[in-house]
Amino acid sequence: MTHQKRPEGDKHSKLFESVTEGIHSFPGGFVVTTAADAFFNWARKSSVWPVTFGLACCAIEMMATFASRFDVERLGMVPWASPRHSDLMIVSGTVTIKMAPMLIRIYDQMPDPKWAVSMGSCANSGGPFRHGYHVVKGVDRIIPVDVYVPGCPPPPESLLNGLLLLQDQIKHFRRTGRRAAPNPKED
Amino acid sequence: MTYDQARTFVGERFGGAQVEGGPPLVVTVPVDQWTAFAQFARDDLRCRFFSFLTAVDWKEQGLEVVAKVDNVDDKVSVIMKSRLGPGVSTCPSLTPVYLGANWMEREGYDMFGIQFEGHPDPRRILLPDDWEGHPLLKSYAVDTPHPPYR
Repeated sequence: MTHQKRPEGDKHSKLFESVTEGIHSFPGGFVVTTAADAFFNWARKSSVWPVTFGLACCAIEMMATFASRFDVERLGMVPWASPRHSDLMIVSGTVTIKMAPMLIRIYDQMPDPKWAVSMGSCANSGGPFRHGYHVVKGVDRIIPVDVYVPGCPPPPESLLNGLLLLQDQIKHFRRTGRRAAPNPKED
Repeated sequence: MTYDQARTFVGERFGGAQVEGGPPLVVTVPVDQWTAFAQFARDDLRCRFFSFLTAVDWKEQGLEVVAKVDNVDDKVSVIMKSRLGPGVSTCPSLTPVYLGANWMEREGYDMFGIQFEGHPDPRRILLPDDWEGHPLLKSYAVDTPHPPYR
């Protein structure tokens, strides 16, 4: 099993894409689509609702990040317990082979556009349990991951940094859903 | 009851048993006396608390089943062991004697493939139902593939 790649164009619906494509080909249409793109991306990055997928001790740090001391709500993030209303899945903890089908199912229940953050060594690569018989060696083998947060477990500051990086990524998404190259002036 | 009393008591009733140590008392019994010894430990040594049951894979010498039972009132612990013999993976169940052995024996089946005869519900408990193999056996390769996740 190899690293999962995000399919091209999974950030937008086909209808949205064709409408923006149409506007874009009008004379001067790029002004509209570029502005609309920036506006939509601003809206998306300012209301990333994470569905919490706490699997192990990283979930404690994730809860601390959500709580008042670090307060992700000032970034527009509302921890939500339903995948149907969420844009982001924070996989925090060890993904076992027994848990993997449920993780995929919850990820599939989230509406596009959606993102995933892999939190901690276990979700990144299997961590200390990599040589066990029961662990998926990295959650990126089953779902596409946008940001990896290292640490065992990562402190709330690390996760917060990862979430800010994710917001930055979202800001640079283009109309087609392709990921833009990072801007060296801003990033 | 003290450890000395327990040791002599076991020696009187189970001549074939090998008794060591104390505390805790380690008793190795032949596998055909496994349930009989558990009954004796529960009723006569008054070890009413079933602590755990597990197994050891001694490779070509076969599997060994290990269980610990406690007499909480007199603070006497008994570890009971039994060698199943090379190539054998059946063992009489302790569940009729100790209800606490139920899930432990299911885990023993899960991890070592020991079939506990007389167990009321011999299914897997921790691993998925479609899992192949028994991962704590020495013969189980750690990197056994599990498509589509590995």
